[in-house]
Amino acid sequence: MSTANMIYGVPLQLFQIVVGLVCLAAFVGVNAVLLVWMERKVAGHFQRRPGPFEVGPYGLLQTVADAVKLIAKQIFVPEGADKMLYWTAPFLAFLPVFVTLLPIPWGDILVVQKLDLGILLILAFSGIGVLSLCLAGWASNNKWSILGAARAVSQSVAYEIPLLISVLTVVFMTGTLNLSTVVEAQGSWPWEWLGASQPLAFIIYFTCAVAETNRAPFDLPEAESELTAGFHTEYSGMGFGLFFLAEYANMIVVCGVAAALFLGGWRGPVADGWWWFLLKVYALIFVMMWFRWTYPRVRFDQLLNIAWKWLIPLAILNLLVTAALVKLFSINYYV
Amino acid sequence: MNACKTVKAVSDTVKGLWSLVVGLKVTGKNYVSPQLTIHYPRKTVDNIETYHGHIELVGKPKEPAVPRCICCMLCVTSCPSGCITVVKQKEPKEPARASADAPKEMLGEVGEKKAPPMAKPAKTPSRWKLNYNLCSLCGTCVEVCPVKSIRFSNDVYIAGYSQDDFVYDLLARLREQAGEGEGDR
Repeated sequence: MSTANMIYGVPLQLFQIVVGLVCLAAFVGVNAVLLVWMERKVAGHFQRRPGPFEVGPYGLLQTVADAVKLIAKQIFVPEGADKMLYWTAPFLAFLPVFVTLLPIPWGDILVVQKLDLGILLILAFSGIGVLSLCLAGWASNNKWSILGAARAVSQSVAYEIPLLISVLTVVFMTGTLNLSTVVEAQGSWPWEWLGASQPLAFIIYFTCAVAETNRAPFDLPEAESELTAGFHTEYSGMGFGLFFLAEYANMIVVCGVAAALFLGGWRGPVADGWWWFLLKVYALIFVMMWFRWTYPRVRFDQLLNIAWKWLIPLAILNLLVTAALVKLFSINYYV
Repeated sequence: MNACKTVKAVSDTVKGLWSLVVGLKVTGKNYVSPQLTIHYPRKTVDNIETYHGHIELVGKPKEPAVPRCICCMLCVTSCPSGCITVVKQKEPKEPARASADAPKEMLGEVGEKKAPPMAKPAKTPSRWKLNYNLCSLCGTCVEVCPVKSIRFSNDVYIAGYSQDDFVYDLLARLREQAGEGEGDR
């Protein structure tokens, strides 16, 4: 191996990945703090009240105070719980997020790894989150937790399918699984984005993204009025904090993928750059919060019927039409 | 028939999807509307006109320090908790007149004109107390008063350390208000 590919004896790629992961960890931490604050502020304003405003300017330090509270809380394991599974679940929920953040293109060169199979990587590791929900519910020795876990797993499995298919539509259009290449295949103006040429796929994707992150109106696994807190009923302190952190990190992932696939990624009018990507991601997150304070929770049979009877057939139909058009007119953004 | 069902199903679906948009519009409108929360105590509440505090007396139009009360005792009797204490002013004695009238009547002179009748003194309370410890703010006294002498106050800043702090002398309070120039609202 030539010395040009080494830094202090460490391969360049490994160095790049480690530095990238550290940056991503910092970003996830800061972003979770920011998003919790944003959620409570947005909730307050939708209800015509200020939200947090006592701690720090505009209540910005409220989340820091909450973090201190979570860290200071006693950590315990309920009687009869499986200790090993009980503590594996929060880490299993949280750690895959960093892997899914690897191929997301924040800017032209601001990406940890331009993986040729980036989309596949994200979709594969998203499935591990479902496993953590199952473990958390099962290990808690609590009937509410097991019910919440059962709901969470069936919901995630149901909504994974139309999400995959709508993403596949984008892959058909661009001919690549590399997220950076998908972004480059789109233009700077909104009508050049894939969201404009594939509106149905975008709507299906975003609906499934909301369901995948267990956000209202798809938050039956955490239905407070019925199940106390769903799969994480028994968790306290940092155990709960990790699940909380994972939820907000997953929101970044799904909104980041949506921005990259359908909204032109870091491209935007006037000047391309990472600011456009962040703006789009936070706009999508705001829409998610808007959904939360607008729509009532749907019943669980309705929830599954939306996926199996509507979204999946529509996604498949959209895929077939896209395949036919691509074949007939040789439409291909990349090749 | 099947065509009608299909059309209705499609119509229902479209209507349902449109309601999602309408919902977002409603909440979006609320999002940009001004907030209704007041940062008390950093800011003061400025709309307490509709607040019903404990009762207070209403002064006469021309004499703000004197209550309209005629001591009919209706509020005292109608109060379900027995919060109100009203004592009427005593009428002055006129023994001289009585002794003067007696001899004439005893004489029994026919045709002698009788003395003019005594003028009635005004009925005013000498004591008017409210025991707020027992009051349930039912408003019966306000309703039942024939001369509208009782009304709800806007007094929200009440605090004390003892039961005695909440036994109000409403006559003294009325005099204070008359001194402040509040009078009739």
